[in-house]
This record gives sequence, C-alpha cells and structure tokens, in this order.
Amino acid sequence: MNLDDTPEEADFRHRLRSWLHRTLPTLPPAPAADDWPARRAHDCAWQRALYEAGYAGLHWPCEAGGQGAGPLRHLILLEEAEQAGAPYVGAGFVGLLHAGPTIAAEGTAAQRARWLPPILRGEEVWCQGFSEPEAGSDLAALRTRAVRDGDSYLVTGSKIWTSHAQIADWCELLVRTDPSAPRHRGLSWLAMPMNAPGVTVRPLRTLAGSTEFAEVFLDEVRIPVSCRVGAENDGWRVSMVTLSFERGTAFAGEVVACRRTLGRLARAAQANGAWEDAVLRRRLGRLHAEFTALWRLVQANVSEAEHSWRSGESAVPGVGGSVFKLRYSHARQELYEAAAEVLGPLALDARRNWTADRLSALAYTIAAGTSQIQQNIIAERILGLPSGRWR
Amino acid sequence: MDFRLTEDQRLLRSETRRLFTALFPRERLRQSVEAVGEDFDRALWRKLGDAGLFSLRLPERDGGAALALPEAVLLFEEAGRALLPGPLTATHLAAGLVPGAAEGTCVVTAVDRPGPAEHLATADALLLLDGPRPRLLPAAQLSGLLGALPDSTDSTDSIDPTTPLHLLPRLPPPDTTRPIPEAAASRLLLEATVLTAAQQLGSAGRTLEMAVDHAKVRTQFGRPIGAFQAVQHLCAQMLVRTELARAAVYAASLTALPPDVAAAKLLADEAAVRNARDCLQVHGGLGFTWEADVHLHLKRAWLRAAQWQTAARAETALAEELLADRRSVPPQTIVNPLGRNPERPANRQ
Repeated sequence: MNLDDTPEEADFRHRLRSWLHRTLPTLPPAPAADDWPARRAHDCAWQRALYEAGYAGLHWPCEAGGQGAGPLRHLILLEEAEQAGAPYVGAGFVGLLHAGPTIAAEGTAAQRARWLPPILRGEEVWCQGFSEPEAGSDLAALRTRAVRDGDSYLVTGSKIWTSHAQIADWCELLVRTDPSAPRHRGLSWLAMPMNAPGVTVRPLRTLAGSTEFAEVFLDEVRIPVSCRVGAENDGWRVSMVTLSFERGTAFAGEVVACRRTLGRLARAAQANGAWEDAVLRRRLGRLHAEFTALWRLVQANVSEAEHSWRSGESAVPGVGGSVFKLRYSHARQELYEAAAEVLGPLALDARRNWTADRLSALAYTIAAGTSQIQQNIIAERILGLPSGRWR
Repeated sequence: MDFRLTEDQRLLRSETRRLFTALFPRERLRQSVEAVGEDFDRALWRKLGDAGLFSLRLPERDGGAALALPEAVLLFEEAGRALLPGPLTATHLAAGLVPGAAEGTCVVTAVDRPGPAEHLATADALLLLDGPRPRLLPAAQLSGLLGALPDSTDSTDSIDPTTPLHLLPRLPPPDTTRPIPEAAASRLLLEATVLTAAQQLGSAGRTLEMAVDHAKVRTQFGRPIGAFQAVQHLCAQMLVRTELARAAVYAASLTALPPDVAAAKLLADEAAVRNARDCLQVHGGLGFTWEADVHLHLKRAWLRAAQWQTAARAETALAEELLADRRSVPPQTIVNPLGRNPERPANRQ
C-alpha cells in the first residue's frame, strides 16, 4: 500500500506539468456559455492540443488509437490538468468517456478505425441517446423502435436529456430491436449520424438557464446496420459497459477542481468577514475532509483498476464506482450550498459563478443514475440484499 | 502508486481477525459487559502483547516486528471490529517508551487534555500528551492522583460498560511527572488519532455486516426486510460511509499528514457512530436491548469520537488548513462578465 509515484510516474507527471505550463497560456479564453459553436470549437481545440502532444487516449488500447497506458497514468493526467486549470473535456465528454470506450471494448476493427481517431483528434463530437420521456431510471423500459429494412434500421421514437445534441456529429443510441423479447434482451446499441434525415433536435432549458441538453425526435431515421456496435439485441450489456465507465473515473478530475474551489471559498470568506463565523468555518473544514477522502477513494478505485488492467482482466470499472458517485454528487451540492453561505445575499445574484455552479450541481444526484438507483445497486450487487424491485 | 493492500498486509489482517476471535470471543465480550466495576483482564493484555499488538512497530532488536503505521492500522481496525477492551492505543504508543508496555505486562492509558481518561484505576502509568514532549505519571503517583480528585466520577458511571472512565478536571503538574525527551508529543498525537480512527473503521464495518446479516433473515410482510428499499438504502449508506472512511484512514496511515489524519478521524467517527445507529434501527426492538451487541459498538464509538481530535477540533483544524494550503490559488474575480458560465456543465447524460 503506497501513495507515491514510481520513478516512471514521477517522470510522466513532470513532463506533463511542464507541457501544461507552456501550453495553457497560449489557449484562447473560454467562449460565452450559450455560444455553442464557439464552445465546440474551443473544446475540440483543447482535445487537438492533447492529441498533438501525445496525451489523447492515454489509457485507450493501442489498437483503438490510444497510448496503451494504464488507468493510473490517466489519473495523473486528470489530476495535473485540473490542478493547472486546464479546460474541461466539455463537448468531448460523451465521445471520450462513454461512446469511445464502448466502441473500443465492443466494436469491430472497422468501427474502431472509423470512429475512434476523430474522437481522439477532437474532430467529431458525440452525444448520448439513452433516456426517454418514459424511460429514465427504468432505462430498460425504452420504446424507441428500430425496424430492420435491408441493410439499415429505420428508427422512430424520442430521446431526452441529450447533452450537446445541437453540436454533435454522432449519437450513441439505445433502441429496441425486438419488442417481443424480455425487456433487457431486445435492445441494440447504434451509432447515429446527427445529420441524418428525420432527426430533430429541440433544445431544453435547464433550471440554471443554460441550453445544455435537448430532446431528440427520431422519425424513420435510416441507420446502416454497420453502425450497430455489438450483436443485435445485446445492447443492454453493451450500454452497461458505458454506464460503468461513467460511474468509474469520469468525476476524478472534478474532485481536484472541488478542492481548489474550497480553497478559494475559504479565502473569499476571509476577505468578506464570513470567516468570523465558527459554524461556517467548521462547515468548510468538514467539506475539506470530505473531498480529501473522496480523492483517496479515487486513488483506491484507480489502483484496483490499474491492477485489473495489468493482470489482463477487463479494464471496466466495477460497481465500486457507485459508492464514489453517490457520495461525490451530494458533497458537490454541499460545497455550493456552503459557497452560498460565504457569498451571503450576493448568492442571489445569478451572474455569480458559484451561484451558477450551485444550480448546476443539482443535476448531479439525478444524472448518470439517481442517488436512489445507486443505493439500490449498492444494496443488491455489493451487499447482496434481496431484490426489492417489482417483477 | 498502488493504494491496495499488499499480499502480506492482507494476510496480516486475516490472521489478526482469527487471533482476536480466538482471544476475545463473543462470550468473553459479554462476560466483560456483566463484570462489576474494574475487572481488567491482565491475562488478555499479556496475550495481546505476545501477539505483537503493542510492539509491532518497534525494531526487531527491541522485540518488535519493525512494521509501520499502515500495519498497525490494520491490527487496530480488527481490534475495533472485535471490540477489544482496554487502553489499546495508549499502550501501543507507550511501547518502547514505558517498560513493559510492548510486552503487555504494563497497562498504559493516555490523555492530551483534562477530561475523561479510560481505565485510569487499573493503569500502571498515565501518558500525558499535553505539551511538546510527552510525560509520564507512574503508578505510585497515579493512585495519589485518583484520591486527589474530589469531583471525579465513579468509574461505573461510564456510558460504555466495558470502558471505565475517570474525569480528570486538570492534568498533574510537571513536577509530579517524568518527561520523555526522546519522543515528540505531536507525532504521538497524530498516531493516536489514526489508530483510534482505525478502530472506528473496524467497528463501522462490523455493524454494517450485522445490519446486512439481519436484514437478509428477518422477515416481515412476507419478505426479508432487506428487500425493502427503505432498509436497503440505510445499508447502502452504511457501506458508503465505511468505504470513504477506509480510504481516509489508510491514506492517513501512509502520510501521517495533519489534514489526512483529521479527515480520517472525522469520517471514521461519523462512520462508526452513524453505522451503529443505523444497525440499531435495522434490528428494530432487538437493537434496543442490552443483549444485542449493537449498543456496545455505539457506546464505544461515542467514547472514541470524544478522544483526541473530536469533530469540532478536526473541522476547525481542517478549515485553518484551507487557508494554509498554498496549492489553492487566490480568489478569482467572482463576477463573471459573460453571464452564467458555470465551471462545469449543468447536465451530462
């Protein structure tokens, strides 16, 4: 048990740190929040910079265009980039963290060659079409139909909460290919071009005022069968690979960001006098413990993943990610509640960064599996309690 | 970095669990609960000494195993799980400083401030960690101290039936104690805090197991209560608390840095106390009885939460640490001229 870098890890960290130090000042400033084409260009340019420096797809297999490094190297990248104040993955989120890893794990050689390099080079943006108006936590209830027609599927239905739909090139889509099969056995995973005829995107406004996500309507959209990843009707298993990625390391960089925010909060409180309040100080102290421990939990989870990877087991993060996701999403909300206390009445000003973050944090206990679903998963799959779901 | 237990550490943990179960089975625990007054089991103490619980970190030439704090933490986690009685932490810290502590022939208790002291009446020495250097009050003066405490509480009034407490309204003056110049009190305090947190972690893991085991077999409304989401979610949160505390405690054992140690104590205290309470809740009426072991875990957890760094002290220290942390950058301009532009996107699906 140790927390120290090996000489190789230290060397990697050192080179990365100096690259970040040289590169970050040359980046253009972040565009306005609702200028989506500009945000896409900004996020893709950052990914391109990572690619050219040899940091893209660090932990993806070489045959998927990656660097073939382990999860630990990836963690060092996330930690250092965040510590240096590098841009967030942004529009690249689904491609780099969901769809890409799924294609790398489940796709054919031709599919990997088609889709993965443009993701790594920051050329193509993906979005996710899983949830539907009637299928949220109960994802297997989804009803979007894909009917086979020669070499294509004709897809009809609607998807919701699709982040970045308005700027995406591709959508990872979960559809029903066999309505007569049991719920989980009749689904397939398709890659859908967003410019295909029959795709309509209607942006949704979040309570934070942003137009982050959208509803996507599909009216007999023709998708080639060659765009199916995995076997027909095996889409549930294929998509679970994606979801476990989402709950694994997807938030690791954010913990580093939250720790930096906490330091800023303390200084802001000291500057405006809120620090005089011992109750507030204790609240910030508790959050410091919380995020310190969450970072240690990330290190523990990634150490397990590194071990699996080295011993040639599947690199898919396990259900332990649920433990982290559950606690982290609540801690993040607590962080911005404390920020509001530091700001005092100014927290009611919607232009404040921390006010916007307080609002956006509300999504964390819902997105990527609600806290209630995470607790079901922990109870049944980790603790082995009997299933409580209606069957 | 490899933050997993090594093969040796895993083995040490499983061997320790087996040993503690043999030395201190449940019947022995229940006997100590029913024992009246001070009934300290010196034979058990000696056996724990033989097992290396106190001497573990001493060099081999001094009869130790030359192991480090992470290994000690694994042993103390098991001690917390088994609810081993006695001033375990203090005697472990005294090994190498107080003759007989390493072997378990001497019972050493410790305090860092006025307040409750455990096992004071049976201890052979009191270790004081109230200044830069530790100091020791030997047995002879200890009995004098006890007699000189007019407002000391009766030891049987302790909330924990297996841990007698005496209240020390003030600490003995320096002229009555022997200084221990070869050790730093600050280091011993950090170690005491980590080892106490480790016991809390062990207790939290045990009450989680007890709750889950009960929820699997107790049937109401025709199904195991563990099939109800209300009970499932209690148990899930118990696991989350345990695993977060585990990451914090193990990390603190490696770094011994004050923020890691404070986080470990805070989260392990919370895990032990709240898990014991949730375990009690899952057990229903049974959980409220003297016969069930749940209350023993809860009461010991309360006691340990009041030792060394309490929640108030840990939170205050961690808050100060935020200002001292040079890695955090100075506050930015708070108003964003571009309008709503959160540091992170509102939603990701």
